[in-house]
Amino acid sequence: MDFGIFAVLAQDGVTNGAVYALLAMALVLVFSVTRIIFLPQGEFIGFGALTVAALQSSQFPRLIWLLIGIGVLTFLVELGSALRQRRYKPLPRRLLMWSVIENLIYPSFIWLLAHTFDWQGMPMAVQILFTLAITVPLGIMIYRVAFQPMAEASVLVLLIVSVGVHFALLGMGLFIFGPEGSTTHPFTDWSTALGEMPVSGQSVVVMAVAGSLIGLLYLFFDRTLYGKALRATAVNRKGAQLVGIGTSQAGRMAFGLAAGLGTLAGTLIAPLNTVGYDTGFVVALKGFVAAIVGGLASYPLAAAGALLVGLLESYSSYWASAYKEVIVFTLIIPVLAWRSLTSGHGDEE
Amino acid sequence: MSADNNSKPVLETRNLSVRYGKVEALRGTSISLRAGEIVTVIGPNGAGKSSLLNAIMGALPSEGQAEGEVLYMGQEVSHHAIELRLGKGLALVPEKRELFTTMTVEDNLVLGAYRRRKAGWSYRDGLEGIYAVFPRLKERRNQLAGTMSGGERQMVAIGRALMSDPKVLMLDEPSLGLAPRVMAEVFQVISHLRDTGVATLLIEQNSRAALKVSDYGYVLEVGDVTLEGKASELAQNPRVIEAYLGAKH
Repeated sequence: MDFGIFAVLAQDGVTNGAVYALLAMALVLVFSVTRIIFLPQGEFIGFGALTVAALQSSQFPRLIWLLIGIGVLTFLVELGSALRQRRYKPLPRRLLMWSVIENLIYPSFIWLLAHTFDWQGMPMAVQILFTLAITVPLGIMIYRVAFQPMAEASVLVLLIVSVGVHFALLGMGLFIFGPEGSTTHPFTDWSTALGEMPVSGQSVVVMAVAGSLIGLLYLFFDRTLYGKALRATAVNRKGAQLVGIGTSQAGRMAFGLAAGLGTLAGTLIAPLNTVGYDTGFVVALKGFVAAIVGGLASYPLAAAGALLVGLLESYSSYWASAYKEVIVFTLIIPVLAWRSLTSGHGDEE
Repeated sequence: MSADNNSKPVLETRNLSVRYGKVEALRGTSISLRAGEIVTVIGPNGAGKSSLLNAIMGALPSEGQAEGEVLYMGQEVSHHAIELRLGKGLALVPEKRELFTTMTVEDNLVLGAYRRRKAGWSYRDGLEGIYAVFPRLKERRNQLAGTMSGGERQMVAIGRALMSDPKVLMLDEPSLGLAPRVMAEVFQVISHLRDTGVATLLIEQNSRAALKVSDYGYVLEVGDVTLEGKASELAQNPRVIEAYLGAKH
């Protein structure tokens, strides 16, 4: 292999690695705050990519139907839990009013927006923002409906629920978007060359976006009260409850962020790959391998793991393309062996 | 006693019981606490003291079940979530401190004020107040909480609770594992809090020190209050002296 091929493969690996890094961060975030392994992450990749593609081809973004449906479900769940507690206290009117706004009015408003504007002509950044306005609340609602009622359950039970949510969303994805995949417009046609290596503008955009998102996440966790509250919940759940950071509030924040990161990862890969309703799962699993490198706890290690996964995938697709997935997922075995040898004992509560 | 005995209690429990599955940890306990008062609950291990504080705060583990009434300023709060009770003015420093060990001292304190967002109040003012009480925390504000000594951790834990501006501060074994000198410092802070109008509900293994700073005391044994009275009187009670203040074996 000459240097040119080596460099191209490296560029490819780092580009994919940057996307895996976003997914790995989201998985670490959700797990450390809620102890949930966020398998539905992959669906958000597909939902995000397909929604941007729909906006670009002037179709109605059908994901909004799902938002409206789950919104109604979330409202019913919240109404039910308020009615069940009526024995102790009067109906929490303000809470229910917010529930109506968040779960019923907001989705209808989004539906209206989708109909009023011509999204095809908008800049891609606006299309992506509009997509986020659909998927982030969707992530929060999914937490509210599926996970919040059982937030204290064991990691295994939460994983099983997570598998259930994954299949449910996958099925709805097939129903909403159909079996066909789509691609979105490229971010840019610009390209250049660094010495012998051609550099595609696409890779540069992906790396820049992923890099700045990681930087923003760092600032969020390090500087803002909400970011600190999420870290605090991850470090000490009981301590967090005692200062008034409710487990469910932290869980909703984590799910909203994770849904957003998954969506962005989807829109980053969509110009280069045909993304279908079920494409995201394998991509998210690679993010999961990276998150495992970080022990589902460390953001920097997870990011490093993501680069490792990206590079490994890229070079193995050159040498043994038939086995590239096998090689990437086999990485989990030495990583787990190394982690269990270095970390002494499991810290499962 | 500085507390006005006719004033209404800030905190009261009526017939408060706690059970974990089939195990009853607390049986119909009734205690009360007035503004600016320090009340201590003494008793052997496993008498249900921690369960009492956790039930008042609404912070029982999920298998724990509380029954009975908790009244804050005469208002029933026993079905409120922790956040609501915290917002009203209850704060608990748990036995294990439960600090955010991988975060700095200052972040720990700032998070203590997570629910305290009012116009015109900045957490900076709150921090200054805490640093005035615990000057050592100011020196160490950028240190990770997990790297602090036992006494300093206790100060962070108390400081974090005070950041929420509580009217009732509950302390679960604040002197546990502390050197005598540090313990004295913690008790000094507790008696200082009285002047700020904060009522303190204290649980202590070190009954002698606890009764010395307290106004009133309860003896809790196997889930029941078996004795109560002014702290100075309890300290003279032969039964208390024999069981809790006697020579250490």
